[in-house]
Amino acid sequence: MNFHLRLWRQKSADTPGRFEGIEATNITPDCSFLEMLDIVNNRLITDGEEPIAFESDCREGICGTCSLVINGVPQGPGRGAACQVYMRKFKDGETIFVEPFRAGSFPILKDLVVNRSAYERIMRAGGFITEHTGGAPDASAILIPKPVADKAMDAAACIGCGACAAACPNSSAMLFVGAKVTHLNLLPQGQPEAKKRARAMVRAMDEEGFGNCSNYYACEAVCPASVSASVIAKLNRDYIKGEVSEAVGAID
Amino acid sequence: MILDAKIPAGPLEQKWTNFKNNAKLINPANKRKFNVIVVGSGLAGASAAATLAELGYQVDCFCFQDSARRAHSIAAQGGINAAKNYQNDGDSVWRLFYDTIKGGDFRAREANVYRLAEVSRNIIDECVSQGVPFAREYGGELTNRSFGGAQVSRTFYARGQTGQQLLLGAYSALSAQIGLGRVQMHEHTEMLDLVLVNGHAKGIVARNLITGEIKSHAADTVLLCTGGYGNVFYLSTNARGCNVTATWRAYKRGAAFANPCYTQIHPTCIPVAGDYQSKLTLMSESLRNDGRVWVPKKQGDDRPPQDIPEEERDYYLERKYPSYGNLAPRDISSRSAKEACDSGRGVGPGGLGVYLDFSAAIQRLGRNTIEERYGNLFEMYENITGESAYERPMRIYPAIHYTMGGLWVDYNLMSNIPGLHVLGEANFSDHGANRLGASALMQGLADGYFVIPNTLGEYLSTQFGGPKITTDLPEFKKTEEEVRERVNKLLSVKGTVPVDTFHRELGLILWDKCGMARTEAGLKEAIAEIKALRERFWKEVCVPGVGAELNQSLERAGRVADFLEFGELMCLDALTREESCGGHFRVEHQTPDGEALRHDDKFAAVFAWLYKGDGKDPELEREPLSYEAVHLATRSYK
Repeated sequence: MNFHLRLWRQKSADTPGRFEGIEATNITPDCSFLEMLDIVNNRLITDGEEPIAFESDCREGICGTCSLVINGVPQGPGRGAACQVYMRKFKDGETIFVEPFRAGSFPILKDLVVNRSAYERIMRAGGFITEHTGGAPDASAILIPKPVADKAMDAAACIGCGACAAACPNSSAMLFVGAKVTHLNLLPQGQPEAKKRARAMVRAMDEEGFGNCSNYYACEAVCPASVSASVIAKLNRDYIKGEVSEAVGAID
Repeated sequence: MILDAKIPAGPLEQKWTNFKNNAKLINPANKRKFNVIVVGSGLAGASAAATLAELGYQVDCFCFQDSARRAHSIAAQGGINAAKNYQNDGDSVWRLFYDTIKGGDFRAREANVYRLAEVSRNIIDECVSQGVPFAREYGGELTNRSFGGAQVSRTFYARGQTGQQLLLGAYSALSAQIGLGRVQMHEHTEMLDLVLVNGHAKGIVARNLITGEIKSHAADTVLLCTGGYGNVFYLSTNARGCNVTATWRAYKRGAAFANPCYTQIHPTCIPVAGDYQSKLTLMSESLRNDGRVWVPKKQGDDRPPQDIPEEERDYYLERKYPSYGNLAPRDISSRSAKEACDSGRGVGPGGLGVYLDFSAAIQRLGRNTIEERYGNLFEMYENITGESAYERPMRIYPAIHYTMGGLWVDYNLMSNIPGLHVLGEANFSDHGANRLGASALMQGLADGYFVIPNTLGEYLSTQFGGPKITTDLPEFKKTEEEVRERVNKLLSVKGTVPVDTFHRELGLILWDKCGMARTEAGLKEAIAEIKALRERFWKEVCVPGVGAELNQSLERAGRVADFLEFGELMCLDALTREESCGGHFRVEHQTPDGEALRHDDKFAAVFAWLYKGDGKDPELEREPLSYEAVHLATRSYK
């Protein structure tokens, strides 16, 4: 198969970028999208041109390193991350647009590589249960009904890739934040810090410049881990409880 | 040189307790004065960095990924073992210990493995308290599944994403410590060399992968938690970025590399489809709880699987190993798959595949149950192959997955270089010649949460009162200079061949000659071929761009250059170990029915290799393995 790629090329964070046309030729349909880019890169290197910078690591959809927008869709067509997109999904001769995640809080570093450290700072503000290694009770002492454990797991499946914020017209990170808050706040172990966690993470998110949710659900549509937008409802509830609790000086 | 494993005295069951009772402690006020470098942020690195910071040490943690959460532990699927005996099926610390020693084909250290089994129970407690959402029963209790090489159900799991959930637990603990300012996190930063001051590991030289800046970092001790070297084979289940550079650089600074030939080939991966392929995808071993492995009895039988009647199928694992059946250990299952394919009965393109069939389980349990247990794996399989495993059996084939070898460490997890500690897959210590499923997560977290916090004091307590180590010391400047030279050398070859081409060639040599079956002649050929390939690399490789920028070709070139050296050591180790054990199968040494034949009289020892200079043969040191509690037996899973 052959494809005309329209690829975003950008030398560095502080230089302007633009779409460039690059041909991908002789591609097998069983090839993954990233393997297609590998083939193109090896050809560019052999021709003495600069290869396309793009990040990937596990290539099985779990590490969340991919940061590609394919034909306008963060993480590309179908479920899963961009590394799980296979060329058999495209038509021979098709023009494919490839660009990096677009969100003000994810500055572009080079070509298709973005800086997602904003997510790290949100996690550091409250995406954890404070506990001390060695002080845990026996695991069987905490009973968690299966439906609760399952719901927590659904939310915990978030791979932290940033597609949600990249897809959102408001560049909101609320699916990401909601996923962590839902995962931890549903569990008995997460209760002591539940309100504080929601408050701290939302404040950190605002500080990073992400917008808020206005119910587009674009995040849910692109999420490679199928995290449901209902986590945002849970986030809102816990956040309001957290703010009110602080405003009236209650004990969290 | 004598490799002293520093095994504590006393009976096996008492060693760890005795150790802790007598361990050197560092008081809280002094912990603040010690700086610890942790390289890697996977299960071992993140858990160590978080726990040491909780204890009060000043920690600097490095990862080459853009976030600590993306370390490759994230991709582990099936589960984590722990001797909890929640199922009341006869499990115990002793049984987990014995299964691990036996699974490793009696080539691991008794004391380390016993400690691992002991702390396995604390790991589950710890993870649950962090909020890891393990699978549960309706009553709220934790549930378990079985894994290879065990007859009990001791594996805890979170769907098919156990590694992800455990890593996110450790990462959340690490994030909390970063937020508190106790850990300085260095993302997108790759260690390129180890710095020794008066023979002690006192820092690293690392490259910022975004700016290209090469910089030194000083500390009182260095912990390498940098994972395994499976990517030396090019195609493996490892992530693209996994590499041997950190441990190889440490080796070239004097750290002993132990048992490099012990590599694990995982029996259930999606088969290779073409030469464009960049990685192989694992299908979790947990699938063998419900899937049955078979090939047609007839050679070259190309009927679709559903048309092959029951009596014309060979369920070879059930036939050969009736008591463990489809849950035979990985090395044995892989070799059996190879045998079946070598005998012309393989299925799929090129005959390099066997079936993993769920139809019986779907009939017995219903499609919903199977979907609940393995839904994401089936989806992944369909995505990659375009086939639904609900309707026809999966096609699987073995692939490189894990490496049991690694830097030599003593009981305290310290290498032969004072101050250099090695944790997780990067060390050699606990799995012998073959690792059992669901034990890698256990070891990574055991080392980070429970072992190193107790053993680090043994070294640090000897480091009071010396001059403060800073990066102004000439040792740092010199190492930095050497790293710069090496980077410039890669950039100045200016050939025309992409790095990937050399990596792929190296992989083919090793898969062919140092893979599932190894021979003296093949290994000798491999060594010669690797040498020639390495020469070509330094003449023909093309690394475009410059050093002071985000340059992925340069990153890859550095890693492949190290693999090209490391691959030779791996073959040399395989050549020297003239026996078969676990994942190391020397064709010359097998029983009449094709099982691994060990030679305990000569090889019940760790082979630790010491670097003696480029172009010179490394020196072999042996650490004899003495078994006090278990009887060296021939492994049988029949």
